[in-house]
Amino acid sequence: MIKVTLNKTLDAADGKMELDVSFQVLKGSLTTIYGESGAGKTSILRMLSGLLDPDKGHIEVNGNLWYDHSAGKKLPPQKRKIGYVFQDYALFPNMTVRENLSYALDKGQSPEIVDELLDIIELRNLETRKSDTLSGGQKQRVALARALVRKPDILLLDEPLSALDTSIRSKLQDYILKVHDKFELTTILVSHDLPEIFKMSDTILFLVNGKIEKSGPPSDIFLKNNISGKYRFTGTIIEKTKNDVVYIIGVLVDNNLIKVIATEEEGAFLEIGDKVLVVSKAFNPLIIKMEEQ
Amino acid sequence: MIEWGPIILSFKLAALTTLLLLILAIPLAYWLSYTKSISKPIIETLVSMPLVLPPTVLGFYLLVAFSPENSFGHFLDQVFNFRLVFSFGGLVFASLIYSLPFMVHPIQAGFNSLPESYSEASYIMGKSKLRTLFKVLLPNIKASLLTGIVLAFAHTIGEFGVVLMIGGNIPDKTRVASIAIYDEVESLNYDTANIYSLILFTITFLILLTVYLTNDGYLKRFWK
Repeated sequence: MIKVTLNKTLDAADGKMELDVSFQVLKGSLTTIYGESGAGKTSILRMLSGLLDPDKGHIEVNGNLWYDHSAGKKLPPQKRKIGYVFQDYALFPNMTVRENLSYALDKGQSPEIVDELLDIIELRNLETRKSDTLSGGQKQRVALARALVRKPDILLLDEPLSALDTSIRSKLQDYILKVHDKFELTTILVSHDLPEIFKMSDTILFLVNGKIEKSGPPSDIFLKNNISGKYRFTGTIIEKTKNDVVYIIGVLVDNNLIKVIATEEEGAFLEIGDKVLVVSKAFNPLIIKMEEQ
Repeated sequence: MIEWGPIILSFKLAALTTLLLLILAIPLAYWLSYTKSISKPIIETLVSMPLVLPPTVLGFYLLVAFSPENSFGHFLDQVFNFRLVFSFGGLVFASLIYSLPFMVHPIQAGFNSLPESYSEASYIMGKSKLRTLFKVLLPNIKASLLTGIVLAFAHTIGEFGVVLMIGGNIPDKTRVASIAIYDEVESLNYDTANIYSLILFTITFLILLTVYLTNDGYLKRFWK
């Protein structure tokens, strides 16, 4: 169990912003911090890892006190058992893939974990490559593996997939889920990508201007009414055309553009750029078996 | 035949100065890159002063400060039996100050060019600041280190004013190549001056050429 209370005044784009949050994360869960850019998502991760000092607060991880303002206690980043995947991956260009992982080993730690992780992320064949010769997706996998070498108490992922295109993204989400289960990690993910959140997280912390507006499972947060849809997708509206009495709404789901009909009343409230959920209730969906690729 | 003494002395001075500067400049540049202290602009200014100050000004102050006639110089002379004026030690000391910006600036720029996430990632992996410096930061600014080393070396070879002020012209002690050239010209020995000049010209040209070739990756391309 991780118990966190944080308070800090941040310099935001439009003046000062007061970050004031308090939350708990269950051991073994995958929690997503969701919010617009500038809402304070990254700052929360930086305070958890000790890279940024809160003005006030309290951080307790599995019964160990990491930070307490009133008790004057502050563990340096080195002493917190954290795995952190940075937005820019922060791989060291002077080292090979294997050296990047080995560097993270603690004194006296057995190096077998490095081989195990190289196998899991399927980068054995690239282990002697210098890290700056890798593609974005490969770098991301190395960064993920490197963050796990020390068997951290918490894995922090700061929009780790935002720079990658959709097809690689989905594969990497699978890698993250795989290691999350295998190493029984407690993971906190920063993301503002709805499909990613639905796919990955148990719990959402919905952050607006430095405050947690709501928290709970993704379906509770993002669906106003609990619909029991037979199947559903999240996507973004990219076009909207009026056709007689109905609107035709183009929704981008992953890579596919789906056209959905909306009534005049519904269509009036939908704008291009809105994140939407497309639900179909059961009539008679076509099911076609796909060829194995 | 010319005397090789001044040339050798010049290179001895430059090599020693460069080595000491490297040891000195790495922590200084590191501090300047990462500090949020209010004294940073003042230290930065002091480090950069030798770039714009006439070398004679620096030489003059050092001469006054270290003269055994004055209390500080007297103290060094009495307690450590160490005289900085008209001695090789004095030249090294003056060169350290004079070439300091040429070593500090490239290294500082190198540190600044690295993303902050490198050191942060290393700290999160439980590594100390010192280990991070030697294993992560310095290996990733090799080009800056090389630039600093070469510029400081070449600049020390080329110094004249400071040496003249604080070192004078004592053969095999303070008579470096640049001074020897001046001396030979004054004695109208143009031939000897020409040889010294040509040697300095060629060597400094080659040194600088090596740096630019290395930093632009030409050498790597040829060796492949």
